[in-house]
Amino acid sequence: MSVLTRAEVARIAELARLSLTDQELELFSKQLTSILDYAEQLRGVDTSHVPATSHPLDLAAPLREDEVRPSLSPAEAVAEAPEADRAAGLFKVPRVVGA
Amino acid sequence: VTDPTTAVAIASAVRSGDTSAVDVCRAALDRIRAHDPLIGAFRSVDAEGALSRAAEIDGRREELADLPLAGVPVAVKDNICTRGWPTTAASRILEGYRPPYDAAAVERLREAGAVIVGKTNCDEFAMGSSTENSAYHVTRNPWDRDRIPGGSSGGSAAAVAAGMVPLALGSDTGGSIRQPAALCGVVGLKPTYGRVSRYGLLAFASSLDQIGPITTSVADAALAFQVLLGHDPRDSTSVEHAAPAAAPHDAGGALGGLRIGVPQALLADGVDGGVLEALGRALATLEGRGATLKTIELPNSRHGIAAYYLIATAEASSNLARYDGIRYGVRPQGDDRTLGEMYERARGTGFGAEVKRRIMLGTYVLSAGYYDAYYLKAQQVRTLIARDYAAAFAEVDAVALPTSPTGAFRLGERTADPVRMYLADVFTVGANLAGLPAISVPCGFTEGLPVGLQLMAPAMKEATLFRIAGAFEAATDWHLQRPVSS
Repeated sequence: MSVLTRAEVARIAELARLSLTDQELELFSKQLTSILDYAEQLRGVDTSHVPATSHPLDLAAPLREDEVRPSLSPAEAVAEAPEADRAAGLFKVPRVVGA
Repeated sequence: VTDPTTAVAIASAVRSGDTSAVDVCRAALDRIRAHDPLIGAFRSVDAEGALSRAAEIDGRREELADLPLAGVPVAVKDNICTRGWPTTAASRILEGYRPPYDAAAVERLREAGAVIVGKTNCDEFAMGSSTENSAYHVTRNPWDRDRIPGGSSGGSAAAVAAGMVPLALGSDTGGSIRQPAALCGVVGLKPTYGRVSRYGLLAFASSLDQIGPITTSVADAALAFQVLLGHDPRDSTSVEHAAPAAAPHDAGGALGGLRIGVPQALLADGVDGGVLEALGRALATLEGRGATLKTIELPNSRHGIAAYYLIATAEASSNLARYDGIRYGVRPQGDDRTLGEMYERARGTGFGAEVKRRIMLGTYVLSAGYYDAYYLKAQQVRTLIARDYAAAFAEVDAVALPTSPTGAFRLGERTADPVRMYLADVFTVGANLAGLPAISVPCGFTEGLPVGLQLMAPAMKEATLFRIAGAFEAATDWHLQRPVSS
């Protein structure tokens, strides 16, 4: 059985870009361990020579001409942003370059 | 209107001029006002928009004949985009978000003459089986208000069961249309994967998600399905498959020649006695209508929940990366010095516990060193589960199972134990993993709580589901039972 330690949970949270409280780290360590423990049953299934299914239907990637079509205007695109320069149509984020 | 609870009757009465879309809309809004304070099915109600849309439909007399859902009030699950109207997926991270476009399914409803009255509560980002994971409020089961309505489309099922609207849209990733429909005593259809465009559905697990209707009758589910299906180039997994040519609903028809498979071994443990009794009676009814019952094996289905929760969470961890506090939604005020800190705080405070748990699990199973053992393994088991169904469908036309192993559980009963909550989906995840169409229809009660009969068919064979479910409905009156509170 795999046990997810607090440190591992913290590392996954970093990968997932989630800030977690100490209580959440503790709780998720227990709960994720119990979910993974349940999933251990899959190890017993013989899947040698079985292809993985990524989609339920046999779909070919649909192709189309690459042509210019209408889309959201810059004003519409930033309309729902929590912070933006709406007149310029720009999203605002913390400084990234030279920070 | 003789039967204000069905979409078929409402659309017919509006088209013939026996009633107006405005009168129908007012009546629906009155029922919502009367019942929803006790149920909590709706996240938001757009009374003004709905009435003005209804008036517009009434003004198009010459076009009414072409509108299959003329004046039908419809509720839409809050994870499906409605232009200019709040769409939160019951998450804090999207509080106040107003999409700049309608989902394809919403466009189709509007084009068919439906009147969208509001958005329904659900588990946050459709992750849950009880609607208790909504960040906003509880939804109660109209049959027993101390119990959950099922989930994740619990608001949609409760709104239809309580008679507030005859039709609601849900989304189904692992049973989220069928399970709440079963627990609330109404009809729920998950179409074949790719039948209904996912454009404008806030993505949870893209290889499993499918939009479908919740109604009070099989005829209404068939009517809504006809409106919703069809190819859409904006969803690259949308299928270009012709709609069923004949009227898909054949109420009261005999089932002679139809073979229905029952995977008896799956019913051996963990199924409530009342659910088994209701299933037994339902199967006898189908046999009485001429169907042949056959025991089938779905040996890998017992691994369905394990495979499902690894695949669905992996896809969710990727899909929910878009909620970053930049383009939409909520960014908490603070002095984040880096972009990374900003992401972590926006997501850490914006997502609820179940969504974080699933993002964490999905991130883990996709991470270096674990991908083969968990994610790839689950995708291989998925192949085996789909092959089992393919083998069964060589011998039978449809598969019958309970929709849920129990009736509606009590509010709070399973929230502390994720694995126990996940097991509520044990009979429904198979259709999503294999991409199959499935319907849940009311088939009785266990201790006063509704039970659903689930029917599954080969891909694109929704017509088979409508035929069997329609014959079952014509032979029984379970679908006519209504909770006392409505």
